[in-house]
Amino acid sequence: MIEFRSISKRFADGTLAVDGFSLVIPSHRTTVLVGSSGCGKTTLLRMINRMVDASSGALEIDGENVSSIEPVALRRRIGYVMQNSGLLPHRTVIDNIATVPRLNGVPRAQARARALELMDTVGLDRAMARRYPAQLSGGQQQRVGVARGLAVDPNILLMDEPFGAVDPIVRAELQQELLRLQRELGKTVVFVTHDIDEAFLLGDQVVILEKGASIAQKGTPAEILANPASDFVASFIGAERGKRALHLREVDGRRILVDGDGAVAGRLVEADSA
Amino acid sequence: MNLFLDAFAWLLDPASWQGPSSIAVRIGEHLFYTALAVLIGAAVAIPVGWLIGHTGRGREIAVGVAGAARALPSFGLLFLFVMIAGVLLRGPSTILVLVLLAVPPILAGAYAGLEVIDRRVIDAARAVGMTEWQILWKVEVPLGLPLLLGGLRGGTLQVVATAVLAAFVNLGGLGLPIVEGIALRDYGRMLGAAMLIIALALLLDALFAVLDRVAIPRGVRAGRVTDVRTASPRRRAAADPPATTEKETV
Repeated sequence: MIEFRSISKRFADGTLAVDGFSLVIPSHRTTVLVGSSGCGKTTLLRMINRMVDASSGALEIDGENVSSIEPVALRRRIGYVMQNSGLLPHRTVIDNIATVPRLNGVPRAQARARALELMDTVGLDRAMARRYPAQLSGGQQQRVGVARGLAVDPNILLMDEPFGAVDPIVRAELQQELLRLQRELGKTVVFVTHDIDEAFLLGDQVVILEKGASIAQKGTPAEILANPASDFVASFIGAERGKRALHLREVDGRRILVDGDGAVAGRLVEADSA
Repeated sequence: MNLFLDAFAWLLDPASWQGPSSIAVRIGEHLFYTALAVLIGAAVAIPVGWLIGHTGRGREIAVGVAGAARALPSFGLLFLFVMIAGVLLRGPSTILVLVLLAVPPILAGAYAGLEVIDRRVIDAARAVGMTEWQILWKVEVPLGLPLLLGGLRGGTLQVVATAVLAAFVNLGGLGLPIVEGIALRDYGRMLGAAMLIIALALLLDALFAVLDRVAIPRGVRAGRVTDVRTASPRRRAAADPPATTEKETV
């Protein structure tokens, strides 16, 4: 469990990025922080592994205040996946994945064997082990990034817009992979995105943020969609338009769902047959 | 062309290659001064450059100092140092002048090499739990190597060309035949020595070109090919993932 207790962050230039933020992130679930650019969601994420230190307030992981944990040690037990993968360009795929175990003193052969297993886990062909990041596609690089994040078998996995820079088809594929992985591994995932569809797809708990990282609404996707807390949330999730605003239309005695753009979305059927 | 014939005559004369003032000795002296100056310059400039590149602090000062050092007149500086330090210390004075010449390009290469690294790579290295030392040694130094080698290359060429000055304070080197040539009005000897210096510079340059290929890890070179369109066809083939990509690995 990760707990933010009235966390604030004022940067050196005086901007208040986070103002009195409190949130409980449950273990073994995916929590998605979603909001527009500059709302402070990445800052919040980076506080968890002390890439950013809070100006005031307390952040606890399983009851332990992170400010009492040495940053390097803390980071080595938390997986981190970022946009554009952040892989080391001069190291092969296998050595990139093995980076953190090697830092922790795991023998090279053992770290590499584990890295190969992780390549299977994230759906990478083992034949890619000796490639360099520049020789991989964007989607493959992100898979390597996820494998690296999992290398020390962390309880917590931080993901900072990991699928933001890949094309929509690959993104959808990677999202499904992440759902599969999460079913298998049950990590405490904290995921940052500006894409509400991604948030609703991946999140057990979705936290919608406004400027200054103030929580506009939090809950399961269904709760938020059923009952947007404010006009801001309603407009952010697009409840009134597009493919979220479905209405029924009778066609030949059957009920068809049509979205806000007038496109056919599907049929209305009984829940147990779905 | 007479002059060139004279130059080759001097270079090919067996007498030029014999005794304590043979061309071989001069080349040895010349290379010794060059190597010593570049080594000392590197020992000073590389740590400072890395420090600036890693912390991002002091860049303006370094650029200013390095720029000013480039503008120093080596010849004038040499006589100034010899006059201040005394004739007995003319060896260290000469080396110091050459070091001052070697430092700016090496410094620039060292910090620029770190500066051009994608910030996201370094951020990621820190985020996965590398210490600052590990970031420097395992990430920044290997990735900065190409530009550092470029700086060493530039510095070495400047020093090898300027080491001629050693002859003006009676320390030999390939400048000596030039100084002698002026005194003796032996233009063939002057030109021959000049040609030797040029050959030496080209040789060292070639050496660095080889070093550039050998010393830079494969991945650093692979990392350069981020835009496959600008790469050679062979490199492009290596950088292009074959058909076994996304679909089959899912």
